[in-house]
Amino acid sequence: MLLIKNLHASIHGKEILRGINLEVKAGEVHAIMGPNGSGKSTLSAVLAGRSEYEVTQGKVLFNGKNLLELAPEDRAREGVFLAFQYPVEIPGVSNVNFLKTAINEIRIYKGLPPMEAKDFLAMLKEKQKLVELDGKLANRSVNEGFSGGEKKRNEIFQMAMLEPKLAILDETDSGLDIDALRVVANGVNKLKSKDNAAIVITHYQRLLDYIIPDVVHILYNGKIVKSGPKELALELEAKGYDFIKAEIKA
Amino acid sequence: METITKKNTLTDKLIAEFESTKNSLFGNLKLREQAIEIFAKQGIPNRKHEEYKYVNIDLMLKDEFSFSVKKPLTSQQIEQTKFLKDAIIIVVENGIFSQELSNLQHLPKHTIISSIATAAEDHPAILNKHYSTYADINTDPFVALNTSLAKDGVFIHIGMGTVVKNPIHIIHISSATKNTIINTRNLIVMEENVQAKIIESFKTIDSIAKAFNNVLTEVVIGNNSIVEYNKIQDETDLGYLVNTTQIIQKKQSVFTSNTFILSGFLVRNNLTMVLDGEYIESHLNGLYLTDGNQTVDNHTLVDHRKPNCNSNELYKGIIEGKSSATFNGKIYVRKDAQKTNAFQSNKNILLSDDGTINTKPQLEIYADDVKCSHGTSTGKLDADKIFYLRTRGLSEASAKKLLMHAFASEVVDMIKIDELRAYVEDSISKRFE
Repeated sequence: MLLIKNLHASIHGKEILRGINLEVKAGEVHAIMGPNGSGKSTLSAVLAGRSEYEVTQGKVLFNGKNLLELAPEDRAREGVFLAFQYPVEIPGVSNVNFLKTAINEIRIYKGLPPMEAKDFLAMLKEKQKLVELDGKLANRSVNEGFSGGEKKRNEIFQMAMLEPKLAILDETDSGLDIDALRVVANGVNKLKSKDNAAIVITHYQRLLDYIIPDVVHILYNGKIVKSGPKELALELEAKGYDFIKAEIKA
Repeated sequence: METITKKNTLTDKLIAEFESTKNSLFGNLKLREQAIEIFAKQGIPNRKHEEYKYVNIDLMLKDEFSFSVKKPLTSQQIEQTKFLKDAIIIVVENGIFSQELSNLQHLPKHTIISSIATAAEDHPAILNKHYSTYADINTDPFVALNTSLAKDGVFIHIGMGTVVKNPIHIIHISSATKNTIINTRNLIVMEENVQAKIIESFKTIDSIAKAFNNVLTEVVIGNNSIVEYNKIQDETDLGYLVNTTQIIQKKQSVFTSNTFILSGFLVRNNLTMVLDGEYIESHLNGLYLTDGNQTVDNHTLVDHRKPNCNSNELYKGIIEGKSSATFNGKIYVRKDAQKTNAFQSNKNILLSDDGTINTKPQLEIYADDVKCSHGTSTGKLDADKIFYLRTRGLSEASAKKLLMHAFASEVVDMIKIDELRAYVEDSISKRFE
């Protein structure tokens, strides 16, 4: 589904990603862990199409298409979804209204007719339940005045509504208490299928108790330095990131 | 009139027009003579005039202008301007109140609506008390001009304790085959404990020449009255509008003014609210969407004269093309006006490199126990918000449209008349297409 080859990216002339290689197949969950400043958020931003980042080398294929050539909205329409680490507040734009616009623009892109109002409402209800999102929040302005946990839950709600092929969760666990973490993880797990995939970016292992990854990658200094089964996350948690640094030096 | 040669200035022409028509005009001739004298001294203001620094009215009116060139409109054309179904409708065509085109069916008891020229004959006591009492001919050349030359306009008197259920819609229609100057004069008096919703809309229809409309409205809001007053200014590129609105609020009244400027080559609003009593609440909201070569200038003045009053002002603008927008918001808090709360905010989005915004808050506070604040901001649409929406599948264009709507809706939501709010929302949507 996603194939990243030797990806280099920089911002303001400073290289952050220094040759990422990664393949994610349908039905898989990949975790990317790494210390602060290792390039985790840069990777998600580059995949989503943030224009401040310059890709200097390498390529990214999404279902065979050159992802880097697509505008952010076309990446979304092809099925890439980024759950933001810091979701943006948009006063005056209602969640429901903007999701309706988003879904219909995605449908137009795919050559489908706009969604019937009653189908949209039914879907809205179903997905709200799935992520245990209060109906009042769904009707409010996007993230305006939401708590940190509500914002993260709203990201997963949007993901549920847009039904992406590839979800990238950028530190979705940061700032969440254990109950909120369980709810968010539960939502992600319920949306999992053999046809879609997820990349879970996190600093801590805890989220991976709830979202079980097939592969764990360790990102350090803009490169994936180690990949392994889910136990790698536990090892990392036990030994700390220093062990990776030591291993690299050795 | 056509004997005046081209080299004469417009000011000269206006004075000559006064001399030749003064005996046919309604009301107090002495007042009119005083007014023309004051106008003659000042003339049409140019950019050297402190209050007209950002609008080149002098230059805009340099062409030949004549007076009240009326073009008959079809009833269909008039019908289009009536966008409120159940409203009491008043049509003013090129500054003249039209009884035939108006619909005064739903008028409650103790409510008079008529031509102001007629009212000068029929209700002299009310006019003597209020006419030209609040709009001072010494303060502004357009007030002086209007007071000297006004031919007609609307008179509304709502008696004590009256609740006017249906909104009152005053439709100002300008239509010109030759460049035309119109002076429209309105007086709206609401006595004690009145509740009313008023809409004034300004439209230019089927014109091939410029229509310059110098509209002056005095509004009296009696004790305990609750009034919503909306203006929809949408005059196209042939419309030149100078709209002076002088409001006087009495004790414990609540007043909301919502101004929407959707088009017009020139729109200059002078809105003055005098809070002349205790425990008054005043809301002033405005939204201006400018494009092309438009000039829009909102001058507001909130004059706190008595203690324990609240005023709240919010003006927002989206500026495109080579257009220019000005917001000048004055707040006076006089010595007696203790415990005043006065707030003001002006926010702008500049969408083009060639657009201009001038924003000037002016607070003059002479009382010591008050809460006053003002804030202004001017920026582009937030790139982070646009990106966020695009990652959800919205095109850049629809993301921007959504954000502009969100920006505007803060003001649009202030309209309490559902039908009017829907109309304004729809007009704005068309603008953003």
